[in-house]
Parts: sequence; C-alpha cells; structure tokens
Amino acid sequence: MDNKAKRHIIKLVSRFPSKESALLPALALLQKKYGYIAEDDLVELSEIMNLPEARVFSTASFYSMLSLKKTGRYHIQVCMNVVCSLLNGASLLSYISEKLGIREGEVTPDGLFSLASVECLGSCGYAPAIQINMEHYENISIEKVDGLIEAIKKKER
Amino acid sequence: MEKILSRNINVPDSQSLDVYIKRGGYDALKKALSLPSEKVISIVAESGLRGRGGAGFPAGMKWKLLPADRTAARYLICNADEGEPGTFKDRQIIELDPHLLIEGMTIAAYAIGACRGFIYIRGEYDWIARVLVRALREAEDKGFSGVDILNSGHQFCIDVFRGAGSYICGEETALIESLEGKAGRPRLKPPFPAAFGLYGQPTVVQNVATLASIPFIINMGPDVFKSFGKPRSYGTMLFGICGHVNKSGVYEYPMGTSLKKLIYEVAGGIKDNKKLKAVIPGGLSAPILKADEIDIEMDFDSLIAAGSILGTGGIIVLDEDVSIPFVAQKAARFFAHESCGQCTPCREGTSMLKLLIDRIAAAEGSLADIEQVLRLCRYIKGSTLCAMGDAAAFSVGTMVKKFREEFEALVK
Ligand SMILES: Cc1cc2nc3c(=O)[nH]c(=O)nc-3n(C[C@H](O)[C@H](O)[C@H](O)COP(=O)(O)O)c2cc1C
Ligand code: SF4
Ligand code: FES
Repeated sequence: MDNKAKRHIIKLVSRFPSKESALLPALALLQKKYGYIAEDDLVELSEIMNLPEARVFSTASFYSMLSLKKTGRYHIQVCMNVVCSLLNGASLLSYISEKLGIREGEVTPDGLFSLASVECLGSCGYAPAIQINMEHYENISIEKVDGLIEAIKKKER
Repeated sequence: MEKILSRNINVPDSQSLDVYIKRGGYDALKKALSLPSEKVISIVAESGLRGRGGAGFPAGMKWKLLPADRTAARYLICNADEGEPGTFKDRQIIELDPHLLIEGMTIAAYAIGACRGFIYIRGEYDWIARVLVRALREAEDKGFSGVDILNSGHQFCIDVFRGAGSYICGEETALIESLEGKAGRPRLKPPFPAAFGLYGQPTVVQNVATLASIPFIINMGPDVFKSFGKPRSYGTMLFGICGHVNKSGVYEYPMGTSLKKLIYEVAGGIKDNKKLKAVIPGGLSAPILKADEIDIEMDFDSLIAAGSILGTGGIIVLDEDVSIPFVAQKAARFFAHESCGQCTPCREGTSMLKLLIDRIAAAEGSLADIEQVLRLCRYIKGSTLCAMGDAAAFSVGTMVKKFREEFEALVK
C-alpha cells in the first residue's frame, strides 16, 4: 500500500474507542483503492494496527465485499436471490457472462471486468438489481446492462 | 392516515435539516431533553413499541435491562444492516428522512445514557450511507448531535460504520463482533448486549424503524401511538411489498392491516392479472403462506398464529407460475452461503439442505431426499446458537411441507 493509504489507516485507528474497530474500515479502504486486498497489504496492516496477522486474515476472508483475489477494475455483481431471479436476474447473469466471455469468478483478459453473483442487495422492490464496484443499479434490464458495459468500455478505451 | 415513519418522504428536499425542522423536526428531542431520562424510558415502554428488525422485542423493556450503574461507558447501536431478502424498508427512512433516524437515536441515547453511538449500515448501501454522513454533519453543526446537544450538557456522537457484505452481521451480537473488527460470528447468550455488548460494555442495539418511531411517541404521547395498530402490536409498519405485484414499494400502514389488502389494494394486485400462488410475509426467513392463507392481519400475534412471523414486514409475492422448489433452492443457497459456520447443525445442515434441494430441483432426487430435507429441518431447529439456523429450517421446511406435491412431481 502507498503512504497515503497508510496515513489514512492511522487516522482511522484514532477515530474509534478501540483500535480494532478500524480494521473493517481499513480493509474496505484497501479494497476500494486496489480492487482487492493483497497478502502483503494484510501483513502490513497487521503491523500498522498491531494486531495478529491471523486476526486480520480471518476478518478479511469473512466478508463478501472484501476480495483476496484480484478482481476486474469493474466488478459486476448480479443479485441472484429470490425476487431478482424471478424478475429476470437469472438471465441477466448468463447474458453478461456471454457478453464478456467470462464465467462467475473470472476476470476478462484485459483486466477490465469480473463477474459474480450476490445475495439480496436490498433492492427487492426495484428488482432486478446489480452492483458495479460501489454503484447500485436497480430495475435493470438487458438493454440497460448493455448501456452500462458499453459506457465503461468507451471510458476506458 | 397520519404517518409516523413516512410523513416527510414526499416533501421536496426531505433530507435537509431545514426542511426537517420546518416540519417540526427535533421538537421531540427538545422535549425529551427537558424530561428526566427515566421518564423518557417509561414513555417509550408505555407506548408498547416493539422492535422492527425482526424479533419484535419491546424497546422500553430492553432499555430497562441495562445495569442501573450509569458511570461506565455504554453504547447505542442502530442496526441498518438490512440484509433479510425481501426487505428494503430501512433504506427509505435513511435515504429520504435521515434526520428522523438521527433524532430518534439521539433521544434513545439520552434515555439510556449513551454518549457514543454507531449506525451499522450494510456496505452495499454506500450512497445511502453518504446521505446519512451528510445529515449527521448538518445535525452536529446545528447542535442537534455531538458534544453539547442543544446546550443541555448532554453528549452523543454518532459514527456511520459500513458493513462489508454479510447477512449474519445483522444479528445483533455478530454485528457487535463486526464492529470490533472481527468476523461476524454471533456470541453465545447470555450475557446479552445489555450487560456485555460493544467492547464488553452495556449496549443497546435497535433497528432503524424502531428508532425512527421514537420522535412521534415523544411528541404525541404513548396513547396516540397506541391508537395505531392493535394490542401487543402498536404503531405502524413499513411494509416492503415486492415480487409479482403491480406496484412494488414501501408502504406505511398500521400494524394489523390485512395482508390481502396490502397485496391487492395497496400494491395494485398481481402482475399481468395472474393468480397468486404464495406469499412470504416477513422476509425470506418467514415461513411461506399459501394463497388461501392470506386473509390475515399483519401483526406479531396473527402471523405466529398462522405459523409464520411478521419478521421485517418484507412481503414477497409469488404468482401462479413460480416453482416453489426453485424458491426453496434460492432460500437454501442463501442460508448455506450466509451461515457463519460456528454451529454444526447450521453449517452442515444448511449445506446439506442446499445439496438435497438442488438435487430435487434438477429432477435427480428421490422421495427419500424429500424426507431427508424434512428430517434435517427438524434436527436444525432449536439446536443452534442464533436464530438463523431456525430461520433456515422453518423457511425451507415450510415450503416443502406446504407444496410437497411440487417437490414430489420432480422426483417421480
Ligand atoms: C440472522 C439474523 C439477521 C438479522 N438481521 C437484522 C437486520 O438486518 N436488521 C435488523 O434490524 N435486525 C436484524 N436482526 C435482528 C437483530 O438481531 C436484533 O434483534 C435487532 O437489531 C434488534 O432491534 P429491534 O429490537 O429494534 O428490532 C437479525 C437477526 C438474525 C438472527
Ligand atoms: S446458527 Fe448458523 S449463523 Fe447462527 S451462529 Fe450458528 S452457524 Fe452461525
Ligand atoms: S432479491 Fe435482489 S435485491 Fe433483494
């Protein structure tokens, strides 16, 4: 991690009544900055926070929004819980998978996209829903997904 | 009908402090601060307000469980994890009326003597968390929150804490573990958070909608609150109606409103004029109701009498074309995925359930597999550390029991 991230984490630690509370926000910060949490960063984090490595690893591996593997720069998550899959979420996942040429858990060769299914995103009233990195998209359709993916490709070209 | 939890949401700029104050906001906080804290607790207790997060525990009673000694630090946590599939009510409050939550929480903190609070919001609600952070900053600037609230000498500082994608962190002790930087594994109870909570200190955890009901109770008094709903289920509920209805969304109605009315009148009936097959009335953990069981009042007791629960009030409507084994597959997958893994019956049981239901749904199962599902559900019930094991067993088990013919048709 770079010095800016380190400084940010040190600041986080001082914000809470107990330093350990800064662990999840610190991990989220690394996730957001790098798209995943590298092993070296886990070790460094345990040093900065003075917590056992095992503790840092056990927390990092528990949460589905934290990834220990490199994901694409745009990580697409498709809700596959009851309401979304009944309202067409299921075909969305296979559509995106085909369009990008990757399966769940894979990254496109250019590193731009990765794909995963998620459990309920809290958008059941506005289903189906997907999430790309931290952005939430509701009442989504195949046309809208196409638009989003094309816009990303254009921006990154 | 007068609204308690959604009275501001259609007003332009409802998130802003100015609009909130113009509409009477923070009057309840002023009033509460002028009363002794014990009086605030007794008003909330008298109102009969019960938790809106799923378990329905009376809020005032929970506050009275705190130790009498107020010298040690104590914490108030707002549970905004909202992970129960079919549930999307809390986000409406935070997104459109964040000050209602901040006011309710600050009153509760004054009542119980907490100086520090956290709002634990699911990580996926990033944009909503940002609304909240902005509102908190505004409230602090104007003295409604922070070190010296309205020059009363009382302090209550709130931090917004984002989760990181874990359903079980909605369970209050798993949430506390998560706030302490650990994996979200529920604690063995007792001790309850009231005695041993965050950092080992007395702690109260309360759902968003529970806290957001408090300003109304303080302003209008417990009797007006009790004029909504019915005995043992006072007040209103934000019902989130989703699935195969014409107008899905969040609707505030008194506790005890008819489920049939909510589906057919409020949410505009079933999509494409289809017939109703079933309803999951309180989030995915609530046992399913068949179409002929929906002539029922949506309150805590009526749903228990019907073999289900009010839960989060998230109503999932399923039309005639839905395959219940498919729904069971989704439910089993969800619970297996979200089990924290520390009790064997839940960890092994939910993954076995998933395996069996997947096999049945793929038409590769047998009648013995159906029996095995039911047996597993019996084993899981009552033998786990937190309520999630039971939820999985009741949810999936009831689908199999009530729609057995659909499962049998797949294995014959
Ligand atoms: C598996 C599980 C998940 C839960 N998820 C939530 C949740 O997302 N939000 C919530 O408010 N309560 C949730 N609860 C209930 C909490 O444990 C707790 O009862 C509640 O936050 C207390 O607040 P209340 O009394 O105001 O409802 C969950 C419980 C269990 C067992
Ligand atoms: S019942 Fe399941 S989720 Fe709850 S503590 Fe046990 S393993 Fe964890
Ligand atoms: S089921 Fe997809 S958002 Fe709830």
